[in-house]
Amino acid sequence: MEEYILEMKNISKIYGNGIAANRDVNFNLKKGEIHALVGENGAGKSTLMKILFGMEPPSSGDILLRGEPVRFSSSKEAIAHGIGMVHQHFMLVESFTAAQNIVLGMEPKKGMFVNEAEAVQFTKELSKKYNLEVDAEAVTRTLPVGVKQKIEILKALARGAEILILDEPTAVLAPQETDQLFEELIHLKEQGHTIVFISHKIPEIKRISDRITVMRASQSVGCYQTADVTEKEISNLIMGCEMDTSIEKTEPKPGDLQIQVEDLSYTDKNGVQVLKNLSFGVHGGMIFGIAGVQGNGQVELVDLMTRKRAIRQGDILLNGKSVKKLSIQDIRKMQFGYVPEDRMEQGIAGQESIAENMVSNRYATQEFCRGGLLDYKKIGDFADENIKEYEIRCSGNKQNVGMLSGGNMQKVVVARECSHDPEVLIAEQPTRGVDVGAAHIIHKKIMELRNEGCAVLLVSADLSEALKLSDVIAVMYEGEIVAYFDNTEGLNEEKLGLYMLGLERHSDEQIRRARG
Amino acid sequence: MSRERSFTIIRTAVAMLVAILVAFVIILLVSDQPVESIKIFLLRPFSTKRYLGNIVETAVPLIFSGLAMALMFKASLFNLGGEGIFFIAGITGSIAAIWPQLPPIAFPIVCIMAGAVTGMIVMLVPGVLKAKYGASEMVTSLMMNNILLGVGMYLLNNMMRDPSVASLVSYKYRTNAMLGTIIPGTRVHAGFLIALVCAFAVYVFMFKSKWGYEIRMVGNNGKFASYSGINVTKVIIIVHLAAGAIAGMGGIIECLGMHKRFEWTALPGYGFDGAMIAMLAGNHPIGVIGAAFFVSYLRIGADLVNRTSDIPTEMISILQSIIILLISAERFLHKYRQNWIEKEAKS
Repeated sequence: MEEYILEMKNISKIYGNGIAANRDVNFNLKKGEIHALVGENGAGKSTLMKILFGMEPPSSGDILLRGEPVRFSSSKEAIAHGIGMVHQHFMLVESFTAAQNIVLGMEPKKGMFVNEAEAVQFTKELSKKYNLEVDAEAVTRTLPVGVKQKIEILKALARGAEILILDEPTAVLAPQETDQLFEELIHLKEQGHTIVFISHKIPEIKRISDRITVMRASQSVGCYQTADVTEKEISNLIMGCEMDTSIEKTEPKPGDLQIQVEDLSYTDKNGVQVLKNLSFGVHGGMIFGIAGVQGNGQVELVDLMTRKRAIRQGDILLNGKSVKKLSIQDIRKMQFGYVPEDRMEQGIAGQESIAENMVSNRYATQEFCRGGLLDYKKIGDFADENIKEYEIRCSGNKQNVGMLSGGNMQKVVVARECSHDPEVLIAEQPTRGVDVGAAHIIHKKIMELRNEGCAVLLVSADLSEALKLSDVIAVMYEGEIVAYFDNTEGLNEEKLGLYMLGLERHSDEQIRRARG
Repeated sequence: MSRERSFTIIRTAVAMLVAILVAFVIILLVSDQPVESIKIFLLRPFSTKRYLGNIVETAVPLIFSGLAMALMFKASLFNLGGEGIFFIAGITGSIAAIWPQLPPIAFPIVCIMAGAVTGMIVMLVPGVLKAKYGASEMVTSLMMNNILLGVGMYLLNNMMRDPSVASLVSYKYRTNAMLGTIIPGTRVHAGFLIALVCAFAVYVFMFKSKWGYEIRMVGNNGKFASYSGINVTKVIIIVHLAAGAIAGMGGIIECLGMHKRFEWTALPGYGFDGAMIAMLAGNHPIGVIGAAFFVSYLRIGADLVNRTSDIPTEMISILQSIIILLISAERFLHKYRQNWIEKEAKS
């Protein structure tokens, strides 16, 4: 039997809302391997790693590190034991330099003050040793995502991490950046570090990992040598069955222009111009995909469109009407649907019932409201219909939305935003953190709306999703549209990646065609 | 849902029980005849019709202030202005009860309306400041309490004071304005019926009407509410108006039902009681009635022990503090709940 550097035995984690995120999970690591932890969103991968990193206590189970039983009550203890984690959302002080972020909490001192020169020197040496190039003196805010990720990895290494956990590191990267990351990871592995690589992208896993642990529905399904399993086999293990997630895409029948964005610019409170003269148009019956690495102005664009921020320069017309003069209430009164990026923050009221969450955009219409009193019978029936249509797994329409799993919660949001035959739908990362089954239902629904003549603006960081659904795709880079494809035939993730990184750019004439 | 609910009920019941047990401990420590005192505390409030009546009449203002606070809490607003409103609505309602001359049934109604309108106007101040400028409603409402006490005392001293009486009280109310007793042999007045109707109305408003729906959505997740197209500014103002009206009614009903003149010379404390009642009731309007009766029972019990033995009535404030502490402490009994959930999730 080989020696494991880490073993997690029969780990269970049950959250306060009764959801079991891990049930008797077993996981182990050999020294110096890249170990992929795969599974659908919500399968329990992140929870397991949070337990390992001391962020969550397990409900039961044991952790053995180098043969010794350990139990971390905080990340600090985990770090002291040589475990480092790079989170999906980076934990960096944006206004600090790279060097300041790396030495944060362990600054070299000169008397009472931080020795900045030594910090820079330290960072340079570290970055050279591990072949992770960063500009030690650059302010973090100005750096691209790929570099921020390197800073995060260096931060963990600087604290003596031997086991490095990377939570979906490629989710925020363009394909070319991913290649670079993989080279760096192999270099780290050669130096004796053990790497846990969380992902749900099968080709990447196949490329980079030595072993794979598959998780499904909060349990570990098994551990395999990567060389012994095919991509197809991995996929079946993740899903538990073979599932056809293809979507039938008919020829689009373009209708009138429903969304017009005209010369839109926006400067945020830091004085950074996040949108630069953006112009495009979305026709009814079409899905307009916006691809791009996160943080290139997509969030601001949607915020302006939905009146969360005020437009100062340029204009957006919905159905021919300028958004500037409308309030959120006015927009809501139009045939308008909006699936927000963050469902917990905006999409639901967790302590209220499914039925009540299902009607938040139309509780006051004649259908559900008579003389100020709500017709709960009708609201319940309406919710039941949607629960059936969207296959929402719940104990009934009176259950609190907060008790549902991520995928089912998202179905509630999509059901609400799509069930009143919208003419315009803005879908912002509609399937992020959602399992494959739920994603498929959501994709089908969006396609259905498009076939019925709805104008769909799909903002997605998931390129496969954008390619699968969109009729036309625009790529956003640093607040501008840098590419416009009027059909998705022959287009692939690699090709989009070149534009997402700003390496290539369409001619102005081609970009102008996005106006529709 | 049901699990969550039964847990809340269990937790509230445990908090009540702990409070009563603490009362026993205090009695044991202080009293010369503890067994007798505990018996009086627990049982005597039920012994005569008059004491039972005392429980009911004490509960009436508690119901009103509990309802006002439950509305505020449901919208995630922490406004303690009920205190000042009870006082100032008592003043304006009393003015209406002293000078005009109206027919019997209409007279108290007009006085109560005066109190309710006063409450609404007063609540507009923290409401508008919150909705328009984001000022903390807790700070502004507490400041308002002091201002209202000052204004009220000025009116009482310079306009309403009855010079023929030595103490600082107003002229007598006109007989037609007062709320009559509804149960002979007690002092239980018509205000009790109004309180019950009010609780039912708030229940319908909160859980059946579209405004209640808006209030709950805003209270639960303000960002979600505004994303859904709910006008959050409007909702905050509606909640303040409704809570102000209820607290105002509570103030004048207490005066017209229990006293012959306006007799308060300090803030009566009902506003803060309301926060405790609403917490005990889990912000449920029907629960408010039960919570008000429980607190009122404890008060009458403590009062009776105080009268017949050596236990100070101040004991009651210790009990109240313990109840508030246990109910507002979110992690109280948390472990028990977690075990319960884990067991259920595993099976």
